[in-house]
Amino acid sequence: MSEETKSFEPTIIGFTCNWCSYRAADMAGTARMKYAPNVRLIRLMCSGRLDPTFVFKAFANGADGVLVSGCHPGDCHYINQNYKMLRRFHLMKRVLAQMGIEPERIKLLWASAAEGAIFAEEVNKFVEQVRALGPLNWHPGNGAASTVHTPMSAEEVPA
Amino acid sequence: MSDEKKPQERVGVYVCHCGTNIAGVVNVAEVSEWAGREMAKEGVVVARDYKFMCSSLGQELIQKDIKEHGLTRVVVAACSPHLHEKTFRTACNGGGLNPYLCELVSIREQVSWVHTDKSAATEKAKAIVAGGVRRVVHHEPLEPLHVPIHPATLVVGGGIAGIQAALEIAEAGYPVYLVEREPTIGGHMAQFDKTFPTLDCSACILTPKMVDAGNHPNITLLTYSEVEKVDGYVGNFVVTIRKRARSVNEELCTGCGICWEKCPKKVIDDKFEAGLGYRKAVYVPFPQAVPKYPVIDRENCTYYQKGTCKACEKFCPTGAIDFAQEDQVMTVEVGNILLATGWQLFDARKIPNYGYGRLANVFTSLEFERLSNAAGPTGGNIVLRDGKTVPKSVAIVHCVGSRDKNYNNYCSAICCMQSLKFAHLVKEKTGATVYNFYIDIRTPGKGYDEFYQRLIEEGTLFVRGKVAEITDAARNPGEEGKLIVQVEDTLVGKQRRIPVDMVILSAGLEPQPDAKEVAKKFGISCSADGFYIERHPKLDPVATMTEGIYLAGCVQGPKDIPSSVAQGAAAAARIVGKIQQKEIALEPVRATVNQEQCSGCRICNNLCPFNAILFHEDRMVSEVNPALCQGCGTCVAACPAGAISGTGFSNEQILSQIEGLLMLNLSSKEAAAA
Amino acid sequence: MSKPKFAMYWAASCGGCEIAVLNIHEKILDVDANFEVVFWPVAMDAKYKDVEAMEDGSILLTLFNGGIRNDENEHIAKLLRKKSQILVAFGSCACEGCIPGLANFSPIQQVVDTAFSTVSTDNPENVRPQPSYDMPEGTIHIPTLYPVLRTLDQVVDVDYYMPGCPPESHQIAAVIDLVIQVLQGKAQLPPKGSVIGAGGSTVCDECKRKRNEKTIKEFGRIQLMHADPELCLLEQGIPCNGPATRSGCNARCPSAGAQCIGCYGPAEGVVDYGARLVSAFASVIDSNDPAEIDRILDGLVDPAGQFYRFNLAGSLLRAAKPAWKSGD
Repeated sequence: MSEETKSFEPTIIGFTCNWCSYRAADMAGTARMKYAPNVRLIRLMCSGRLDPTFVFKAFANGADGVLVSGCHPGDCHYINQNYKMLRRFHLMKRVLAQMGIEPERIKLLWASAAEGAIFAEEVNKFVEQVRALGPLNWHPGNGAASTVHTPMSAEEVPA
Repeated sequence: MSDEKKPQERVGVYVCHCGTNIAGVVNVAEVSEWAGREMAKEGVVVARDYKFMCSSLGQELIQKDIKEHGLTRVVVAACSPHLHEKTFRTACNGGGLNPYLCELVSIREQVSWVHTDKSAATEKAKAIVAGGVRRVVHHEPLEPLHVPIHPATLVVGGGIAGIQAALEIAEAGYPVYLVEREPTIGGHMAQFDKTFPTLDCSACILTPKMVDAGNHPNITLLTYSEVEKVDGYVGNFVVTIRKRARSVNEELCTGCGICWEKCPKKVIDDKFEAGLGYRKAVYVPFPQAVPKYPVIDRENCTYYQKGTCKACEKFCPTGAIDFAQEDQVMTVEVGNILLATGWQLFDARKIPNYGYGRLANVFTSLEFERLSNAAGPTGGNIVLRDGKTVPKSVAIVHCVGSRDKNYNNYCSAICCMQSLKFAHLVKEKTGATVYNFYIDIRTPGKGYDEFYQRLIEEGTLFVRGKVAEITDAARNPGEEGKLIVQVEDTLVGKQRRIPVDMVILSAGLEPQPDAKEVAKKFGISCSADGFYIERHPKLDPVATMTEGIYLAGCVQGPKDIPSSVAQGAAAAARIVGKIQQKEIALEPVRATVNQEQCSGCRICNNLCPFNAILFHEDRMVSEVNPALCQGCGTCVAACPAGAISGTGFSNEQILSQIEGLLMLNLSSKEAAAA
Repeated sequence: MSKPKFAMYWAASCGGCEIAVLNIHEKILDVDANFEVVFWPVAMDAKYKDVEAMEDGSILLTLFNGGIRNDENEHIAKLLRKKSQILVAFGSCACEGCIPGLANFSPIQQVVDTAFSTVSTDNPENVRPQPSYDMPEGTIHIPTLYPVLRTLDQVVDVDYYMPGCPPESHQIAAVIDLVIQVLQGKAQLPPKGSVIGAGGSTVCDECKRKRNEKTIKEFGRIQLMHADPELCLLEQGIPCNGPATRSGCNARCPSAGAQCIGCYGPAEGVVDYGARLVSAFASVIDSNDPAEIDRILDGLVDPAGQFYRFNLAGSLLRAAKPAWKSGD
């Protein structure tokens, strides 16, 4: 790990389900389990509410990683809505990859209300995973406005 | 999102110390000062920190500010919304502000309790407050949705907890469906001999309640039945129940008992008699069973297996035997559901060194209950597996499968008292020497420790130590033909080998084997060990996170009879209270389709598991039925036209919260870049 | 009394928008009758310095098409903003980047290389344009490319948006009618920031194809299959962007047997057009098995291209990382 990534504190936005993963986070708290302070949670009623817009927004606004969590497959409080999120997650990941966002910056975590320990442990792992990638620091707007590009001299021609 | 927006809302921010729970890690004063200063352009007009926001003084503080500062939005940074969201909403309401204009953000469970670095925790708390402030300005005043509550209740499980609850609700004048998987109600308590610490006969106190439940005009007893499906929601559940074929016509049967007298097929009864006795292929589990009608066990009945016999049919004086009877599937409508599905005994075979199943005279606690029970297979004589030898020495091993990280971490709560009861019964009936092998003696109930003292006085021996092995491999002549209990006596600090004639394993209580599937069926959560999760471990042990579904008895965790009865009664009181309110106010978190914007593309149509989305062919638009919508928001997220909005969790609210959560991040990154 | 002034400009665009304006046929005469055209490089001769000399706010209406690709585009966008009372982002490029915005997937180096070295390019010496070049007569300049193409409203304040690639002529005619009516005091302008010349729903609203509840087992490419002419294309597994695309075109493409590719942009209030499609398409995939979901998704050969063909520059992320990184 480079010096830069060692001192780098990633910011992670986490989307949680009201019934399972948010409660897992509550449980981690009640049990005073310790985990990295890099994740900031948003509560949704269900992971099925996860709109890819939220994930794009988080990255666009400076998040280095996004955690998406829901009830275990088959355990959805709303019967099967977590599967709809699962499908979106797969497609979203492909689009993000095309946008140049490493797949390791987005994580899907199934966590039940009882799994505070798993939640804490997985958050820690994810923070380290994102830390290793370094900052994302998304800034297309600034890039265009402040840095005027100078086209380069002739180089070899691709076939 | 629009940059030119002027704050139109007047936001109050309240940062709770929670004593030192939050203030010990988060610099609450810094957070509130920061919010007052930096979030002023976002509309924050007041920001305070206070020792206990949930106290009446804390709540009054908010109410006063609403009036004096004309607050239109409130953000409280404190504990999880699952704990105090209602408190602060109610406080806002009391101050004249619509309760849904308040947002509670968690800086305790999500910050102070899980982080140690004070400055990082303080920065995170600021970000969370910023997220809350950005979010709350997009809140809309809402009114809760009122839905009627069906007066009937479904009680699942006819053990003592379920019976108690069913009787309480029925007595209050409301209909109850009591569903039991076995042919009779009564549960495990019907198997017990005596109950601790008073030593009343278990059947004597249970069977009158069973009869009351069977006869009560408000109770519909559905034994030998199981719940197949649960549809609907609080106040309006539709439950599908499969009533398995008894092969006995209940209209005609008088319960006279001739059929099981005449039935030629004997079957080992591993349910009620714990494998120690026999029953017939047509049987009632025990004489006082409720209902009194037998069932034919088709797996073991000669007629069903071989096509001939029909002895029962021949002798039945009322012609009640019906070999062609089929399962009946029925649906019932209920407003509330109580789960009292109980427990199963830890399988002692899982601990091979205790020899259960291999060493004949190692018994489980349930087997001992049947041995000691006057109505049991030995007529109440405590004898070895040979059926005649009375033991001269008996070892009772505590914590079998409990308080053991190899099996179950939890304490099964009843084993100490149960073991003491066994010791007393052995002593009383046989005069044998009794050893109790225990890790700790836990006797925290009323009259419990007195019972323990009594046992000590009776001369029961107590050895503190976890039993390592039970073996029949004798090392010296004194051990020949005996079971030897190998244990480290931790009070003396010595290994001991104690030869005995009989060993009773006080096996722990476990969730039912299908607890997870049942939880799924009812849409509630199961903890890792398989017991169901209550709404709050201290303050709300009878409700679940799913509105309208309640718990009683060991389904929620191991407990003794008095606690099960108390919980059954408490759940019943809660349910009766709900029924009497006639309607329930539900969170107004619902999806709505903007009819102008909807193009009728039908993407959303099959996304709703509650069938809340209808498509109008004539107008070519989709619509959400708010009575069926559960507010998950899946359709909101899926609508390609952005035509569906979800109250409470709108796009604006969530996107703004993201902006807020990352606000600090951006400014610090920009500051670092500058 | 002099007539109100009208301007139209093209930045990074193809010229299709200008043709669409001319395509309103005799209605173009109304423009001439009601406006004095002061600046319209494709149609008449004018110099930037003439515009610079105008009083601020002296142009009543400017239709600006094209994205902001270089410093010239940015300069003129800022200039016209200053001189115009009403600035309309006209056409998909100005609104959301459109096809030129697809360059935001690649580093600028690669974009330039592609433009100057493809098989069809006659460039034997492999020359590249230079922003300035010293000649005996002095130094000459050409516009400098930016690493990332931006939409008009990412550079200046925009009053109205008129989507489409290009905007449909009947919609242009209707907007011109509206402006004339406003001039005559017979109508009022919609609130600032509104989308004009388009519908309030999505393409499906105008599409005549039959549709059912949707489940997708397989995505396919329209050229490789025999699509049922009556049935909703998406239900046949053809990735039709119609459900997410603003109405107003009379469902031109689906009516002609081709899938909607999304040129009218997002529906009212939508923050990110592509995200809507990601969510909608994925939600109706008929599988709960991760491996099968992936197999079905393999049928979408270029998801980001599919979902952001017209909207990349106007999306939340605006550009792929290699593109904006090339500006660092």
